[in-house]
Amino acid sequence: MRFVDEFRDAEKAHALAARIAGLCEPGRQYKLMEVCGGHTHTIYKHGLEDYLPESVTLVHGPGCPVCVIPMGRVDDAIHLASEPDVIMTSFGDMMRVPGSNGAFFDANARGTNIKMVYSPLDSLKIAKANPDKRVVFMAIGFETTAPSTAMTVLRARAQGIKNFSVFCNHVTIIPAIKAILDSPDLRLDGFIGPGHVSTVIGCRPYEFIASGYGKPVVVAGFEPLDILQSIYMLMLQLHEDRSEVENQYARVVPWNGNPVALKAIGETMELRPYFEWRGLGFISHSALKMREAYADFDAELLFAVPGVRVADPKACQCGEVLKGVLKPWECKVFGTACTPETPIGTCMVSPEGACAAYYNYGRLTRQRVPEAISIELSRP
Amino acid sequence: MTQQRVLSTGDREQQVLDRIERARRRRPKLREERITMSHGAGGKATHTLIEAIFLDAFRNPLLEPLEDAARLQVGGATVALTTDSFVVSPLFFPGGNIGDLAVNGTVNDLAVAGATPLYLSAGFILEEGFPVADLTRIAASMRDAAATAGVAVVTGDTKVVEKGKADGCYINTAGVGAVAAGVDLGVANARPGDKVLVSGPIGDHGVTIMLARGELDIEADVESDTAPLAELVAGLLGAVPGVRALRDATRGGVATILNEIAQAADVGVFISESAIPVRDQVRGAAELLGIDPLYVACEGRLVAVVDAGQAAQALAVLRAHPLGAQAAIIGEVTAEPVGLVTIKTAFGGTRIVDLLVGDPLPRIC
Repeated sequence: MRFVDEFRDAEKAHALAARIAGLCEPGRQYKLMEVCGGHTHTIYKHGLEDYLPESVTLVHGPGCPVCVIPMGRVDDAIHLASEPDVIMTSFGDMMRVPGSNGAFFDANARGTNIKMVYSPLDSLKIAKANPDKRVVFMAIGFETTAPSTAMTVLRARAQGIKNFSVFCNHVTIIPAIKAILDSPDLRLDGFIGPGHVSTVIGCRPYEFIASGYGKPVVVAGFEPLDILQSIYMLMLQLHEDRSEVENQYARVVPWNGNPVALKAIGETMELRPYFEWRGLGFISHSALKMREAYADFDAELLFAVPGVRVADPKACQCGEVLKGVLKPWECKVFGTACTPETPIGTCMVSPEGACAAYYNYGRLTRQRVPEAISIELSRP
Repeated sequence: MTQQRVLSTGDREQQVLDRIERARRRRPKLREERITMSHGAGGKATHTLIEAIFLDAFRNPLLEPLEDAARLQVGGATVALTTDSFVVSPLFFPGGNIGDLAVNGTVNDLAVAGATPLYLSAGFILEEGFPVADLTRIAASMRDAAATAGVAVVTGDTKVVEKGKADGCYINTAGVGAVAAGVDLGVANARPGDKVLVSGPIGDHGVTIMLARGELDIEADVESDTAPLAELVAGLLGAVPGVRALRDATRGGVATILNEIAQAADVGVFISESAIPVRDQVRGAAELLGIDPLYVACEGRLVAVVDAGQAAQALAVLRAHPLGAQAAIIGEVTAEPVGLVTIKTAFGGTRIVDLLVGDPLPRIC
């Protein structure tokens, strides 16, 4: 299939892998964090780690939108969905995220009407088709999805749709990266920058990482060769003792981001003073809420949202996994008490979550791979 | 490179993985208090429901293999019996409708059990207000599909429920077929070295239905692959005695079938992504939706496990039939890792292919 297969070419991957291996200095370990859950998914889905030398470790970062939603917000959402005449709309990823009393799927089994949508704009169609219902969009995600929420609100106002509102849980990526950089228990050598977020915010916001913290950043695309190439670019920077922000995904990411999308976010939303992140705790100025001018679309004002705070389950080590301190399999409950069927932590829910990706795709040590594959893979 | 990796993986990770394997093999426990949509998706949640509720209640040696059809001894003859319910939405879609789906689904469950499909029953649950013209069209499709498959609908049932209590029309079909002497197909028969084949491009039906629901604003030139497989299977079994197991890859897709093989036969299944036939339209739509065609339903495709020495012949026989023209050998049965399906990705890496919990959920970005 054109436009995809050229980014999944095994020959090119072998060549890049050889160049990456060539840049490894003997005795040195390299820890690179892919910030975005989409990258985590690609890495596992295509078996990309097979191409990396032993000294290069990928650490899975916090950029999985549903993984950072605290249980309390899930409970709040279910509370909202249980109000009379409410239809809640949500991205599919969110449907299985556990709150303290089950996930959206379980809530639906108890009588709520939470519908899966592919775009927030679909919520407006539902609102128009059901004028006697109140449609609430469960808005989640980083700067990637915030513009589409913003555009939906702008369109709802333009079209005079009164029975639509947003339960806003949008978060911003930079404070999360900063929290990780300031975390004392982690040593990282560089960052694979989030490609989709960067289509909106551009590459400039990462400059403090390179200049202030001395860590290289390469904004990367989502095909396996994109990621392998950005690993090569990071390794080259480390080899040459540089720390810069580079853009591997220039075919999609403009250096200055997308001004139209940023304007739509700025028009409708503003920073919250603080927001709770699953596993990471409260981070100041790390999330968005509806501006006062759009209060009539703010579900948190239209409904009585209890503002539930639920402590993470004791056994759950999502925070350590999100910060990259633990590999998924190092978590105490991984794969036994916490599985995709019975997730305790959010990292086990979304296909972008590090734990789910590892459980579903990566749960395989190399010596268990049939002989034939090992021989082929050892070619470079 | 590989050698380094083997040494570096570490005993600790291996211990964790062993612990997980033990946890996976434990008897599944149904934790939910209510049925969720995941219980109907054909993945882990469905398996858990079946084992925890139905197998527990009805346990007997004929049911226990959980094959597509039960094999019964009736007056000296071997008979296969199966049943299937159809709740597809929309009822009419490119390439077919609920009617031919209901006939072909049951015909195929009999065919992959090695049976010659003979007689079907049809039960209808109709919603008050359902257009008679639609029902007429559905019945005509069923008649035509039955004629093509060489079966007769010989008994039936009709119920009407109040408006809102059903979604237009649901159909249940059951079928019986005759199993020839000496035919013994079953996924538990798979042995290391056997080859794994599919009879054509995968995922057509599931993607067609997703697009036909019209919620995605995606258009693609793709239609359901719904078709009766009895003739294809009869040809294959007649020419290739080394066929060990057949399954039609409906709900849960090819990935689910492969996992069932790995678990039932205590073997591994290893497949190659680049060998799996998938239409470009299906791949494109699946990429956009963030789902994997391996988990998407087919309604006219089978997975075959065949003795390695006869795999080429099996491929030739499948390809000689119009419904198997794009058949392919996609992988093989391995001794290790037991109970797991692994895939060599087109990119050149390896990963496992596990059962999904429920329906594949689209990723948000």
